[in-house]
Amino acid sequence: MTDRAPTDWRTDAMRRRIVRRYGAERRFRMFGLGAIILSAGFLAFLIVTMVMQGAAGFTETRVSLPIDFAAAELTVTPEQLRGDRGNLALAGAGLEGVVDGAAGAAFAQQGGAELLSDGAWLRVRDTLKANPGMLRGRTAIDVPVATDIDVAYKGDGTPEAEQVVAALGDRLSRGLNRDFFGNADATDPTRVGIWGALKGSLLTMFVTLILAFPIGVLSALYLEEYAPKNRWTDLIEVSINNLAAVPSIIFGLLGLAVFLGTFGLPRSAPIVGGLTLALMTMPVIVIAGRNAIKAVPPSIRDAALGIGASPVQVVFHHVLPLALPGILTGTIIGMARALGETAPLLMIGMRAFIAAPPEGLTDPATVLPVQIFLWSDEVARGFVEKTSAAIIVLLVFLLAMNGVAIYLRNRFETRW
Amino acid sequence: MAEHTVKAFDEDIGRLRGLISQMGGLAEEAIDGAMRSLQRGDLDLAQEVRAADKQIDAIESEVERLVVRIIALRAPMANDLREVVAALKIAAVVERIGDYAKNIAKRVPLIEGEHRIEPISIIQAMARMAAEMVHDVLDAFAARDAKAAIEICERDNALDDFYDAIFRTLVTHMVENPKTISEVAHLLFVAKNLERIGDHATNVAEMVYFAATGTQMAEREKGE
Amino acid sequence: MTQKITAHDVNVFYGEKQAIRQVSIDIDQEDVTAFIGPSGCGKSTFLRTLNRMNDTVASARVEGDIRLDGEDIYSKDMDVVQLRARVGMVFQKPNPFPKSIYENVAYGPRIHGLASGKSEMDAIVEQSLTRAGLWAEVKDRLSDSGTALSGGQQQRLCIARAIAVDPEVILMDEPCSALDPIATARIEELIHDLRGRYAIVIVTHNMQQAARVSQKTAFFHLGELVEYGDTNDIFTNPREPRTTDYITGRYG
Repeated sequence: MTDRAPTDWRTDAMRRRIVRRYGAERRFRMFGLGAIILSAGFLAFLIVTMVMQGAAGFTETRVSLPIDFAAAELTVTPEQLRGDRGNLALAGAGLEGVVDGAAGAAFAQQGGAELLSDGAWLRVRDTLKANPGMLRGRTAIDVPVATDIDVAYKGDGTPEAEQVVAALGDRLSRGLNRDFFGNADATDPTRVGIWGALKGSLLTMFVTLILAFPIGVLSALYLEEYAPKNRWTDLIEVSINNLAAVPSIIFGLLGLAVFLGTFGLPRSAPIVGGLTLALMTMPVIVIAGRNAIKAVPPSIRDAALGIGASPVQVVFHHVLPLALPGILTGTIIGMARALGETAPLLMIGMRAFIAAPPEGLTDPATVLPVQIFLWSDEVARGFVEKTSAAIIVLLVFLLAMNGVAIYLRNRFETRW
Repeated sequence: MAEHTVKAFDEDIGRLRGLISQMGGLAEEAIDGAMRSLQRGDLDLAQEVRAADKQIDAIESEVERLVVRIIALRAPMANDLREVVAALKIAAVVERIGDYAKNIAKRVPLIEGEHRIEPISIIQAMARMAAEMVHDVLDAFAARDAKAAIEICERDNALDDFYDAIFRTLVTHMVENPKTISEVAHLLFVAKNLERIGDHATNVAEMVYFAATGTQMAEREKGE
Repeated sequence: MTQKITAHDVNVFYGEKQAIRQVSIDIDQEDVTAFIGPSGCGKSTFLRTLNRMNDTVASARVEGDIRLDGEDIYSKDMDVVQLRARVGMVFQKPNPFPKSIYENVAYGPRIHGLASGKSEMDAIVEQSLTRAGLWAEVKDRLSDSGTALSGGQQQRLCIARAIAVDPEVILMDEPCSALDPIATARIEELIHDLRGRYAIVIVTHNMQQAARVSQKTAFFHLGELVEYGDTNDIFTNPREPRTTDYITGRYG
């Protein structure tokens, strides 16, 4: 063996190598920074467009409608207006016709009753119920306008509608669309609300969480801590991994066949949606849970076993608390995916037109992403901004969920 | 015995053994030189022997330093520990042997009077025997030979017998030649020194035995 | 001298591989017993058979007879959870629970129901920490996290945690290998103090440590117990050539 000559670290070749190395370093940093800026840009673009388009969805255009109740001769007394029976009484007394008549009188040139939203008389009704004294006089009530006028007033209407807006001038005004947060789906874009879908989503997520979280966590714990390592558990592991990768539409078909077909559960119900989504979310929770459990250092298990803790005590006193932040993160990711899921819910009938918010787990309901999908399909122009508004609601819901996850994680991580 | 994983430990042990055997060689030489100067009445040689003792002392202190270093840095265990401790003790004993040789050399001018005395020649045989014991016991140390150590202990009896014989001879000589009493008395001390050298060699043999086996030599094996 | 643990013809297998061959050893109540030997010689494996920690390894199989005070610890009647409380263990890496110092010590007594109230528990915690030589350092911050202590303190906390369950035997698996020399010396001093109250078995790579803390030393090599005897004899005059080679630093 011949001795190597001592290395000269100061040759030109060495110097060039250093320059190249620095160059590569710099380029890598630039690319990384570029990628971050690009994705941040996309995100910002998405948010800005959504907010710009969607913000209008939360507002409505109102027109001041003069009504002379005294002249209209409604056959109701102020005492009859209290409670739910008031609605019936007013409807029976022909309030809708009164409102239409008033509109025809006030806006003869602009199309009369056509100018108003279908729900305008409901606003009048609610106002009357709040102020029964109005029945005896003449008053002006701000009522929502029809969707084409609404769109025109917001600056994107047809030429005819634009003319009407110009003619009405300052009798038009804008306000927060409270109905949007209280109503369910409707055919008239000025009357639609997100509450039905939001409540449907909440109920569905509730079912999903209640089922998928305990089952997923217990499966993960059993597989990691108790199950013998043999061919069967390998098989189960592979199956779970595959299950997590199965396209969601398949779960929809499964839900359709099993829950609706075999068990005969009600169609379109949050409980079926929740069950289906739980099937889909569970493998994600199992996988995340197993990884989190695996990440708990074995030394902690040894320590607990070494002072005579039983396996169950080891799991519930030490392993689970330490793995919980990881499990929660995985769960939230799974839940977020479930929240945004459309396809499997279409299969089990949650795409139906449902005009009332669900009252319970078995009521027909729809969920936010399906609602967005349905509205984006509508022809009426008013639905464009409603779609964006619904997307904003969905995103806020997601952010809130993630916020809760981060809060819980931090709380559990600093438990001692 | 296999090598240590840490080569430097082997080097230290090797150096320690080298120093001990060098010391042994010098002690042997000193005995030899002292006896030759006595035989020939060579005062210059006697002076050389006395000077050479300083070298033995120097090596002894080097052995001490090396042993302390090995114990501190290598933490020797079991047979290594026994060997290192034995080396430390052997160095001290060999230094004493050197002192006896020097003492003999010191007496050369005192014995070397006008009168030549006969018994000087029998004492040479005793000196050879003592020097051989020193030589062999250090060989035994180098070879970790417990058997040789026992055998050397047995030889001490013969040396003691030799001393007794010389003692009687010298006493007879003194009675017959009262004029040479002071020279012969010095010669008696020389014989005593040689007997002490044998005792020390026996001590070394016991240390060699302990270093090699880890047990003390049984009383009966000492040939008492 | 009473024999706390007696092991007879113990074999341990990991799957097909035999990790321990025909080991027979008696552990004295009064002594600190050290297991030494090169890495992979089976000393830790054997230690872990003494409180059945090997049960947690699915492929491990133990043959032979191991008795704690005459009771067969591998018999069906032996409750493994209780056995591990009676035969405590301290591990190589300090592994306090990520809980408060107080909780670390109180956990064992709590799950075994050894304290019937807060004041009794406080007393156990204080006594355990005192015996582990940690009380003075932590008494003002019992609610701090155990993981915030230094390595040596953590290891003493782990010893306190083991003591709190009032074990009969304490097994220590290389308890100082992650500690600096000062912390190591404190643990060794602690072992010295605990001697007699508990039978102590310590596995160590550090032969000087074995020599310092133990009265009995067992040398393991390739899964066999090569030599077992008084520490004094093992380190000055071992009988077996393999022991000599190992402790003098000639191991291949």
